[in-house]
Amino acid sequence: MAADREMLFQFLLRMGDNSLILGHRVSEWCGHAPVLEEDIALANTALDLIGQTQFWLGYAAEVQGDNKTADDLAFLRDVWDFRNILLVELPNGDFGQTLMRQFLFDAFQSILLPRLTKSSDSQIAAIAEKANKEVAYHVERSADTVVGLGDGTEESHARMQAALDRLWPYVGEMFASDDVDSAMVAAGIAPDPATLRAEYDALVGQVLTEATLSIPDSDFAHKGGRTGKTHTEHLGHLLTQMQWLQRAYPGATW
Amino acid sequence: MYAQMVQSTGQGAKSREDMSPEERAFQDRIDADQKIEPRDWMPDGYRKTLIRQIGQHAHSEIVGQLPEGNWITRAPTLERKMILLAKVQDEAGHGLYLYAAAETLGISRDELTEQLLSGRMKYSSIFNYPTLNWADIGAVGWLVDGAAIMNQVPLQRTSYGPYSRAMVRICKEESFHQRQGYDIMMKMAQGTVAQKKMAQDALNRLWYPSLMMFGPSDADSVHSAQSMAWKIKINSNDELRQKFVDQTVPQAKYLGLTIPDDNLVWNEDKGGWDYSDPDWSEFFDVLKGNGPCNTERLEARNKAWDDGAWVRDGLMAHAQKKRAAAAAE
Repeated sequence: MAADREMLFQFLLRMGDNSLILGHRVSEWCGHAPVLEEDIALANTALDLIGQTQFWLGYAAEVQGDNKTADDLAFLRDVWDFRNILLVELPNGDFGQTLMRQFLFDAFQSILLPRLTKSSDSQIAAIAEKANKEVAYHVERSADTVVGLGDGTEESHARMQAALDRLWPYVGEMFASDDVDSAMVAAGIAPDPATLRAEYDALVGQVLTEATLSIPDSDFAHKGGRTGKTHTEHLGHLLTQMQWLQRAYPGATW
Repeated sequence: MYAQMVQSTGQGAKSREDMSPEERAFQDRIDADQKIEPRDWMPDGYRKTLIRQIGQHAHSEIVGQLPEGNWITRAPTLERKMILLAKVQDEAGHGLYLYAAAETLGISRDELTEQLLSGRMKYSSIFNYPTLNWADIGAVGWLVDGAAIMNQVPLQRTSYGPYSRAMVRICKEESFHQRQGYDIMMKMAQGTVAQKKMAQDALNRLWYPSLMMFGPSDADSVHSAQSMAWKIKINSNDELRQKFVDQTVPQAKYLGLTIPDDNLVWNEDKGGWDYSDPDWSEFFDVLKGNGPCNTERLEARNKAWDDGAWVRDGLMAHAQKKRAAAAAE
């Protein structure tokens, strides 16, 4: 693959793997949510995320060539080839942690996607246009839930604060840009994520204040997922489950 | 459907002579195919039977998320994962309409939920069977939704307005699910040797439990007469089971799969297939709580409810704070 194709491929994997892995995690809730409306909402969120994955990884497979498909990328890569941020592969924890993770991710997407709708790459612009409508709804819902639970009972407040403390060290990775990002900026394909931080902090700060939650002091960030340098131990187990049929029965059509 | 053995008044249908004037007027409306609406007068037994039936149906949709949800994280392609997620989401939505229909009869969703969790109310026996291979997801759509549709299509004409309207929406989605299930079965039956084996294995395990979904044979069905007079139940159990068998046998043949019944023969006289009854002692065991997954299903629902208590309480407390703040302004 030519260098610029390789950069584009990496960018698309980052987008697609985030939605794939988070969609998978959210889908684990199916049938186990605290209330029926949440079962429906979580399934709906997972469905949107997997739908977005098909577009992002579908385009990635096209860029890769060799007649690869989105399914090949989802089901036949190993941990080291995944480019999602670490945040999305963390286990669900309790409902509060799941919704906090969702909000921290949705807030980022809600800032990134409107910019991608203006991408010089028309296919990326079209995917972002579609995904942006879904994400606008996701962030509204996850923010409302974070506020409702943060400013709910003493217990719900404590659980949401614990969730924020647990997840905050995984936020910084979203903004850690590298040469893939520089290449995207140079080609007018995508913004440098580092430039989105101020807007993100404003949005997240406002919601968390309303939720009566305190952002941890430390700005330490766990990194490595989006560059592929490292993942958490959790991703391997997730893939073991997700990829099992494709791995156990290679070449079958489903 | 997912209502079996719904307890009615415990007696046969009331005769006209035994009816009060109000009951007679009520029965006349039913006989004239008028819909009964929530504010209308209705006999106590009608209300109670409907609550049991709609409640059982709603619980079945909710518990039914579990055996299918069991494969969401292992669905073999992105498209299959999406279809399954959408389906399970539909089931939860059906639960929601049905609980709302039950609420019009004067019982809250929380009360119904507590009766499910304590084991006082039932859900369909079928969801106490495990989903063991991917073809089970196809077979659930094909057979279980297929059997449900048999019962639900006539229930669109049921006498209680909110139930009948819920059923119209539900039926549209169920027939879509059934087609998707059959599509999985086609892929499996036409696939590799291993896939074909999965498809046959799924049919072997789910065939008789699907037949049980219609409830015991008419001779043993003590609750049917009054429910039928009230048009809460439209067809008899055996009638629907026969229809289901007749529809399914050619579909299995088309798939190249064998229905696990040596006595399956075409009966020219009745214009339908003769088939073996399921093992009714197994059915009653499952109803008593001794099915393969009863314990797991109720454990999962109880855990979701208990673990979620802080979430429900938190969101309620927040809503109250907001109302109080709005009132203070």
